[in-house]
Amino acid sequence: MNPVTKFLYELQEVTFLTWRVLVGIKRGPRYVRETIDQMDEIGVGSLVIIILTGFFTGGVLILQAYPTLAYYGAQTQAGQGVATTLVRELGPVLTALMVAGRVGSAISAELGSMVVSQQIDAMRALGTSPVRKLVTPRVVALILTMPLLTVASDIFGLIGGGLVAKQIYGLDTGVYTSGVRNGIDIDDVIGGFIKPLVFGVIIGLIACHKGLSTSGGTVGVGKSTTSAVVSASISVIIADFFLSKMLQTLFKTTLF
Amino acid sequence: MNDSIMGLAEHLLGADQPIEPALDDAVDDQHRTVAAIEFKDVELAFDDVVVLDKVSFRVRRGETKIVLGGSGTGKSTIINLVLGLLKPDAGRVIIDGEDITEYDEPEMMHVRKKIGMVFQEGALFDSLSVYENVAYRLHEEGVDEDQVEHEVRRMLRFVNLEDAIDKMPIELSGGMRRRVGIARALVGSPSIVLFDEPTAGLDPPTARTICELAIKLRDLEDVSSIFVTHEMNNLEYLSSEYAVVDEQGNVEFETEGQRLCLINTEVIMLRDGKIAFSGKDEQLRMSNDAYIHRFIRGK
Repeated sequence: MNPVTKFLYELQEVTFLTWRVLVGIKRGPRYVRETIDQMDEIGVGSLVIIILTGFFTGGVLILQAYPTLAYYGAQTQAGQGVATTLVRELGPVLTALMVAGRVGSAISAELGSMVVSQQIDAMRALGTSPVRKLVTPRVVALILTMPLLTVASDIFGLIGGGLVAKQIYGLDTGVYTSGVRNGIDIDDVIGGFIKPLVFGVIIGLIACHKGLSTSGGTVGVGKSTTSAVVSASISVIIADFFLSKMLQTLFKTTLF
Repeated sequence: MNDSIMGLAEHLLGADQPIEPALDDAVDDQHRTVAAIEFKDVELAFDDVVVLDKVSFRVRRGETKIVLGGSGTGKSTIINLVLGLLKPDAGRVIIDGEDITEYDEPEMMHVRKKIGMVFQEGALFDSLSVYENVAYRLHEEGVDEDQVEHEVRRMLRFVNLEDAIDKMPIELSGGMRRRVGIARALVGSPSIVLFDEPTAGLDPPTARTICELAIKLRDLEDVSSIFVTHEMNNLEYLSSEYAVVDEQGNVEFETEGQRLCLINTEVIMLRDGKIAFSGKDEQLRMSNDAYIHRFIRGK
């Protein structure tokens, strides 16, 4: 199968999966317990790495940007720069990439192992739809937890930036906080919620699709896991570009 | 089912309430004329590889059809077609008089309720305990927990594994996993049970135990089944022994001809996607076909 045909085939399969998830959400049965378990696994389980990622990203942003801003005498804008960059772009994208790595791989490996050990067939034989039982709760859990994780990442990023600004460059906390307030408006907050929602759908559907289409035994599980992380990460970055453009058009904003 | 079999079933499953015949005799007779499973000229290919080529057979009620054949001859494919996990390219698949060939997934979910499936490695859900595995179907149907526990214990007693009720699948041996798989398949009293190489990789005594369970289902529960295997020992057990209950209520296995003649077990052998043989085990053993001869004797 050539790459174009393969891409179109994968796109078709993910579209079918999306449709079945939507039908599952509408018609039920709804697996609330499984969804809550997945939210715990995805949300609470990812919190530490998301906080660390956000904190140090905010820190390094100030570390790199502050000298340049100071050169132009614009060091008071440091908080604004970090806030805008984090809330609009880095917060959602880095959170999505971390979740794609941690959760996407786990989902794909788990479902892939279930495929090769015939547990998915067993589930169908026992009269349960694997899409409704396994895919829908994971996708819904990702949709619900991604915005929350992104907010955590943003907040700790701003804290990290503030600490670096204060401790290394001696920027007054009030100046930094004032810059942060100026850097964020309601459009950024809305955009900061829309992006993680879309990223959650992308990661969930790609990871579940890759897991459920696993073939070739344990080697196949490894391949589908790698493929899930790579495909989800690339899709997140591509989607981010188009979402940013769409949000810019919608809210008539620019980066600064 | 006649009275003795009904009594036997109650004894084996430990039911508190007597099992009432669902239909009167006349309706039951009429019901029995409909094949439990029927394949009509079924064809299936994966790309250029023909897996099944105009395969036709019937499994009567209470009959065990042993499907023999080497690896890659389409044995497991037959089971996947019965379950609707695969769709044939041509031909019809009929379950309990119902043509399921064109059924979509939601319609198949309804059909699968009357089918139990025993997978090669058990296919137990790793994240669930033995209790939760066996109770899976009942939990999905929202059955009351007291009733679920009663049913699960009854099924685990049937496979002689009640002590393992709280264990996780990882703690079980291969044979125990298969037996839990059988218990899980029997929840809901399916009229059809499919065995996909359930003894593969097991030691002979454990394999014998699995076959005994299949014999009990056939002779005491009136279950129709397809038993996919490539092991001749399984053929020997299933086609030469039957289960009866002695005066003390214990299940015993007798050899064909000792008191009864076994008429509810037949064999089909697949070769290159086609049925190379269909009939009784005695006929199979007497066949002059070189492939069958080699398959039976290994040389």
